[in-house]
Amino acid sequence: MSENENAIVLNGVHKWFGDFHVLRDINLTVSQGERVVICGPSGSGKSTVVRCINSLEKHQKGEIIVDGTKLTHTRKSVAQIRSEVGMVFQQFNLFPHLTVLENLTLGPIKARGLSPADANERAMRYLERVHIPEQAQKKPGQLSGGQQQRVAIARSLCMEPKIMLFDEPTSALDPEMISEVLDVMVELAEEGMTMIVVTHEMGFARKAANTMVFMDNGEIVETGTPDVFFDAPKTDRCRRFLQQILQH
Amino acid sequence: MRQSITIGIKWLLGLAAILAVSGCSDANLKWYVVSPFTESGRVNLKFLIEGTWNTLFMSFLALLISIVVGLLIAIPGIARNKPLRATNYVYVELVRSIPLLPLILWVYYGLPEIAGIQLDYFWAGVFALALSDSAFEAEIFRAGIQSVPKGQTEAASTVGLNYFQNMRYIVLPQAIRRILPALGNQFAYMVKMSALVSVIGLQELTRRANELIVTEYRALEIYTILIVEYLVIILIIGQGVRWLERKMGSEESDSRSS
Ligand SMILES: Nc1ncnc2c1ncn2[C@@H]1O[C@H](COP(=O)(O)OP(=O)(O)OP(=O)(O)O)[C@@H](O)[C@H]1O
Ligand SMILES: [Mg+2]
Repeated sequence: MSENENAIVLNGVHKWFGDFHVLRDINLTVSQGERVVICGPSGSGKSTVVRCINSLEKHQKGEIIVDGTKLTHTRKSVAQIRSEVGMVFQQFNLFPHLTVLENLTLGPIKARGLSPADANERAMRYLERVHIPEQAQKKPGQLSGGQQQRVAIARSLCMEPKIMLFDEPTSALDPEMISEVLDVMVELAEEGMTMIVVTHEMGFARKAANTMVFMDNGEIVETGTPDVFFDAPKTDRCRRFLQQILQH
Repeated sequence: MRQSITIGIKWLLGLAAILAVSGCSDANLKWYVVSPFTESGRVNLKFLIEGTWNTLFMSFLALLISIVVGLLIAIPGIARNKPLRATNYVYVELVRSIPLLPLILWVYYGLPEIAGIQLDYFWAGVFALALSDSAFEAEIFRAGIQSVPKGQTEAASTVGLNYFQNMRYIVLPQAIRRILPALGNQFAYMVKMSALVSVIGLQELTRRANELIVTEYRALEIYTILIVEYLVIILIIGQGVRWLERKMGSEESDSRSS
């Protein structure tokens, strides 16, 4: 792949679930190193946007280009794009039958052909980065939610992606564990990782985001820099949404 | 473990009590035909018990084959592709509608005429049992695979695993832990159903009992021994499966993640 200014381009993307029009004409450009935070009411299509980018859902109309590769739903383009994109889920989705270390090394060994020794060494490096190297031999079920989510982040990082997608990474966590996960994400942002984060954690957004995106009803209603977005939202819908979540 | 052994012992005691009572009321019980304390009794007992190998070996081989075939049939059953799913459906519905006894007879007497394949008693039994059971195994595997949350497969694909690797390293290991009790049930069921293979002449437990009755004329005593033989085998299988479950279960140590 040639050097590319834009990490992700969504161009007139539409998606339907049966008759239900979930995404309506989504246009979004994310440049290298940019951090985009997507927020919006439940059911507005935030997860679907993120899942379309790495082809966990298929869009039916429009263009998705990730790091110069156009997503065409051929096996080749999907594999190419997934190799550049890491994903962190709300429910962690760690592999419960494997140890933390095995969770981290499986992809590098099986998909990238690393030797077990190299994979272990890499896994330990990323476990250090999320501050839990001492948990390497445990099973996910023995960890707290915050630790599990940090393992999930490390698991994605082990594939050395250029882009990280986060779908409400802290929504399933008890309040006291949210910050340990957000801290890791802020560190990632500071290192220049390209990120799309679906979250309602506005503190994180102010700290880490370059761009805010507000979605409602399958549409991008408003985008802007955090300053403008929080202090002077242009649309009523966005203003009402922000009032609601900032009250809590 | 200890609990089910206790249950087994209670069963045996109960059986013994019934027999003792019936023995008192009717002095016709002639246990000496299978008594370990007489020479002829020992010979008879040995003859009966030696059928265990055929019963066990045949059931076990049939189980292995039906697991492999069942898995191969289960996988199209979870495909998105409709014709593939239809293949699974037709196989499962068809095969599980065939009663085992006619199937055994058909394999033994019919296959040679249709395909020129004459299987011996043992392999005809293995084949019929495996075929019949594969439909049930397929359903068990399908349910097991579908019980693994979709997020597991999604996570696997985001770390670059392909379909085969996802099945091999993520889905099947979790599915098998969940379906182990059901697989154990199928094995016990298979051991019991293998008695039907006696009709084509395989010297397994039931056949041997029948043959001994022809010479000794003691149906009650010999069939009682036969039932106890099956009981013991199945209790042992049950223990084995529990042990496996515990071993695998402790590895997973109750995940809190979905
Ligand atoms: N597989 C699916 N089949 C049918 N409808 C779906 C499917 N997945 C999502 N939807 C619907 O699409 C809409 C958008 O879903 P999506 O998960 O993208 O919303 P969201 O903005 O992430 O919401 P939340 O904040 O609740 O996670 C919702 O109305 C949802 O019910
Ligand atoms: Mg969502």
